[in-house]
Amino acid sequence: MLENISLAFQSIKSHKLRSFLTMLGIIIGIASIITIVSTIKGTNEQIKQSLIGSGNNAVRLRLCQDNSEYDLSWNPIPQGVVPITEDTRAELAGIEQVSDVSLYLTRQYSDGIFYGDQAFNGAVIGTDPYYFTTCGLGLRAGRLFTQEDHARCRKLCLLDMTAWSTLFAGTDPVGKTLEMQGEAFTVIGIVDSTSIFEARIETVNDYYSFNSSTGGTIYIPIETWPVLYRFDEPQHVAIRAESTDDMTSIGQKAARLLTEKQVLPTADSKLSYKGEDLMEQAEQLQQLSNSSNTQLLWIAGISLLVGGIGVMNIMLVTVTERTQEIGLKKALGARKKRILRQFLTEAGVLTGLGGLLGVAAGIVLAKSISSVLETPTAISIPAILIAVLFSMAIGIVFGLLPAVKAANLDPIAALRRE
Amino acid sequence: MLIELKDICRDFPQGGESIHVLRNISLSVEKGEYITIMGPSGSGKTTLMNIIGCLDTPSSGEYLLDGESVKGAGDNRLADIRNSKIGFVFQSFYLLPGLTALDNVSLPLVYANISKAERRERAAEALEKVGLADRMDFYPNQISGGQQQRVAIARAMINDPLLLLADEPTGALDSASGRQVMSLFDSLNDAGTTVILITHAQEIADRARTIRYIFDGEFVEREAIR
Repeated sequence: MLENISLAFQSIKSHKLRSFLTMLGIIIGIASIITIVSTIKGTNEQIKQSLIGSGNNAVRLRLCQDNSEYDLSWNPIPQGVVPITEDTRAELAGIEQVSDVSLYLTRQYSDGIFYGDQAFNGAVIGTDPYYFTTCGLGLRAGRLFTQEDHARCRKLCLLDMTAWSTLFAGTDPVGKTLEMQGEAFTVIGIVDSTSIFEARIETVNDYYSFNSSTGGTIYIPIETWPVLYRFDEPQHVAIRAESTDDMTSIGQKAARLLTEKQVLPTADSKLSYKGEDLMEQAEQLQQLSNSSNTQLLWIAGISLLVGGIGVMNIMLVTVTERTQEIGLKKALGARKKRILRQFLTEAGVLTGLGGLLGVAAGIVLAKSISSVLETPTAISIPAILIAVLFSMAIGIVFGLLPAVKAANLDPIAALRRE
Repeated sequence: MLIELKDICRDFPQGGESIHVLRNISLSVEKGEYITIMGPSGSGKTTLMNIIGCLDTPSSGEYLLDGESVKGAGDNRLADIRNSKIGFVFQSFYLLPGLTALDNVSLPLVYANISKAERRERAAEALEKVGLADRMDFYPNQISGGQQQRVAIARAMINDPLLLLADEPTGALDSASGRQVMSLFDSLNDAGTTVILITHAQEIADRARTIRYIFDGEFVEREAIR
């Protein structure tokens, strides 16, 4: 076998230009496949990152009616759904791979909040002491809520970056007073995501796929929630998973547990807890971009097929040219199988080499496309391996006909040809 | 008896009818004999050599090589017979241009599945025997025609064949190299190898102990050709 491979390299080396031109079809085919796969993978990574944010693995579980969130702004407190207790929280925290659990209340669109005569139209979130760590939020200025703030139901609030800039236009907010539903709340600080939790909205598509409130968010201690809204609203839950890949399964587990515990049999059967799974959203978007790219892959596959036919053509020429060599080898006692193997190896080595060069060209192409168009690419190792093996397979499949032709040559006729 | 040909016929179909290239050829060759087969071109001597060399099979008749009937042998068996029992020397050498003298000589051993180390050793030995120890790493186009033919003879002898089959071995050589090649055949025959040589040159044929004349596919007396 090794003998055959070194023999194959020898014959490729002795026809450098021709071998290169033969490989060109394979090189182009493999290069385009690698480029496309890298782009797909890059886009997927980007989608995942912009939706989830690298390193932030929060899954939100919300009370839903059918498939949409049960909106407490307009609706009464649902019958048969009980507020989540500390025990249930502990039980959720006990699920494998869960690192943090937080209970919170929210209004996506709130009114009646002012700073001076500046109205605020964003979200309000009532947070328990675990909220900021669970959701990966860090302090930018001022301080967070203390145990005492929670215990004494102090009317304090924190702003996120957006709320800060819309209400205070960049000036120091700490110590200022907001009017919330007629109550005075003192601003104690600014929080910001330590990693990106809210979707990074970079394009119109991102916006449509993740159009949450853009007016910013104000956080208050969950104990003060009834001051602004109602008692006994059922909480939402945020869970932090230890790894991004577990988000979906953890979300499903937690949602099942919550629905079982919190939604009593007497409740409306349409009510249930559902995980707002960013991973799932990301996968849906990825599928969308994949399907259009799969067509590109097919087209690249056709170019590989053309490359394979080119290999077959040249191998046929080679067999004709080397008739005498084949005749001599047969006269010296080479069996058919050996001649067959020699030519198959040659075709396999030729296209395998073409595949390697194609991979190199594809990586260079993918990198240069990504630097010119500023789209991300990610090189996929399995794709490279498959590409090289596949191109070798092409060589062997398309080399079969010429190799059989060589093996079946009549040694006398082959020797006689000068 | 090394070779026994009995009523060998070889027909080639051409345009609906068949051409009888060999008709009822019978020939016996003992081990260690030195035979020349002479005949003008088109007389069928190359076809006869192909049959003796197991490159071709007769249309009818019996051929026993070393006691084994060649008639029913399959492609693989024929290849093995050629590899182990017959050494070929051709008019135009047929050395592979991409291989060194040493690699050319060791080629038959590749097909006998012999390890690389042993191949090199035996090939070097064989090249030494034909006086080309200093040309081992030369490519065919770097050495003279006579040297190329000696490389080819080394290749033919490397498997210690029972039979050395040479088709016009001096046809492409000048007379000095031709003589060198012929004396090589003499010494190989003296060492016990059976040699069958095909030629149309009388002075070459005269070196053999036996000369057979072939004309129109049949063995004839010498006078019949003139």
